[in-house]
Amino acid sequence: MPFGLLKYGLSNEYPAQHHFTPATELKKHYDVVIIGAGGHGTAIAYNLAKYHGITNVAVLEKSYLGGGNTARNTAVIRSNYLTEEGVSFYRESVKLYNNLSNEFNYNVMMENRGQLTLAHSDAAVRSFRWRAEVNQHMGVRSELVDRQTIADLVPNLNMSEDSRFPIMAGLWHADGATARHDAVAWGYAKGACERGVELHQLTEVEDVEIDKGRVTALKTNRGRVECGAVVQAVAGASSVVAKKAGIPLPIHCYPLQAMVTQPYKPILTPHVSSPHVHVYVHQTSRGEFVIGGGSDPYPLYHTRATLDQRESLSAAAMELFPFLAQARMLRQWAGTTDMTPDYSPIMGLSPVENYYLDAGWGTWGFKATPICGVTMAELVATKKVPEIIKPFALERFYNYEQINEAGATAASH
Amino acid sequence: MKLLTCPLNGQRNISEFTYGGEYHPMPDPNSTDSRQWAEHVFFHDNAAGVVTEWWCHTASSFWFLAERNTITDQVIRTFEASEIFNQRIDFAENQQ
Repeated sequence: MPFGLLKYGLSNEYPAQHHFTPATELKKHYDVVIIGAGGHGTAIAYNLAKYHGITNVAVLEKSYLGGGNTARNTAVIRSNYLTEEGVSFYRESVKLYNNLSNEFNYNVMMENRGQLTLAHSDAAVRSFRWRAEVNQHMGVRSELVDRQTIADLVPNLNMSEDSRFPIMAGLWHADGATARHDAVAWGYAKGACERGVELHQLTEVEDVEIDKGRVTALKTNRGRVECGAVVQAVAGASSVVAKKAGIPLPIHCYPLQAMVTQPYKPILTPHVSSPHVHVYVHQTSRGEFVIGGGSDPYPLYHTRATLDQRESLSAAAMELFPFLAQARMLRQWAGTTDMTPDYSPIMGLSPVENYYLDAGWGTWGFKATPICGVTMAELVATKKVPEIIKPFALERFYNYEQINEAGATAASH
Repeated sequence: MKLLTCPLNGQRNISEFTYGGEYHPMPDPNSTDSRQWAEHVFFHDNAAGVVTEWWCHTASSFWFLAERNTITDQVIRTFEASEIFNQRIDFAENQQ
């Protein structure tokens, strides 16, 4: 390997690597059509092709690869949730993430920097103790830490007891990590396309043809495609697309806003989150501070950035890291989050027999990408719902069996 | 600053208001099974376009309805709940 690198370094030519060859014509029929070429859609295609030998697959994308919420999330990977169902699901995802670069032979810039959630109230300390116990029981590294440990972990954090909401304790999650979100989608798309999957960008699904409870074809802006099965993986547009198949979903779309500062020298290692002051902060490997977690107070499909959110995110970030008062903002943006009533995803079967749902990804979609690819591909290939995603079925809302993760999400709602 | 017009208090900063969910007529309690209740309580149209929804002016606890476009974020109109709820609903007669 070092010689290959040396040779490349001394070469005069640096041929651009194409991640995938864009498909040209839509075929008449595919065994599986996946709607949405974000991280999830491409991960499902990748797993279908690599591990189940199903390669007559098309991924249809109305815009471009990884251009939706895959590009807009803040790239947080963690598994310190509250319910057994949630923890065991996200735990498997973190494990897969740790091996993802090897899996692809492509660098997704995985960085295991840990994640710290701050408690500013007795109630939060109690819930952190609960979460730590559940997490440890499920084999996730997660522990309640005191103020001294927090000060050691994050030396720049404002530990003053005179602040508006003094920090009382923290939930330290050593398994917490970050990765390059674009690279995750690119890696999956590259691996899928190398195995025969077709990626069709600028291809929007306009209607879903259903006959006797089965989907038979999709109408797109580029023509009609017959299909053996359909998976929808369209975070931010789940309700709109599912409605075309006649499936109602328990989702409300809220924009979630984030912003990023000018680059600084590396001074913050872990990801720091405070549900109480409604902000989370981490420093990227480029040095920029990502400040996120501001949800708009009412549903909207627009991804505009607002001054209101910039004010509240800035105020909260400055309370945690006072030096950020000097920072200049480079960008501010929003992504559309599909919020479910219990803050857990909707995965698996739908009322339409061969139409599979990968929806309701609110603010927890990026971290679930690899496990989603594995489990949804297994479902499509075997038609059996994998144990690990059974609790996340759409049917749970009809059976009043919600999985409450409201307290374990970092973003404010 | 985004403004919302409260039918009682006039035009106010939207930060004074609380969003209260989509407006759906309540199903008849006498003929609704648990599946239909689940649909009424948890499921949403979540339409991309003009929706009718509940809002509350938090400071005065005044609930009203609004028609809003969820793509453009424009409020088309706000109106008092009495426009829709113009008849008394007597829950007592539904008790068994």
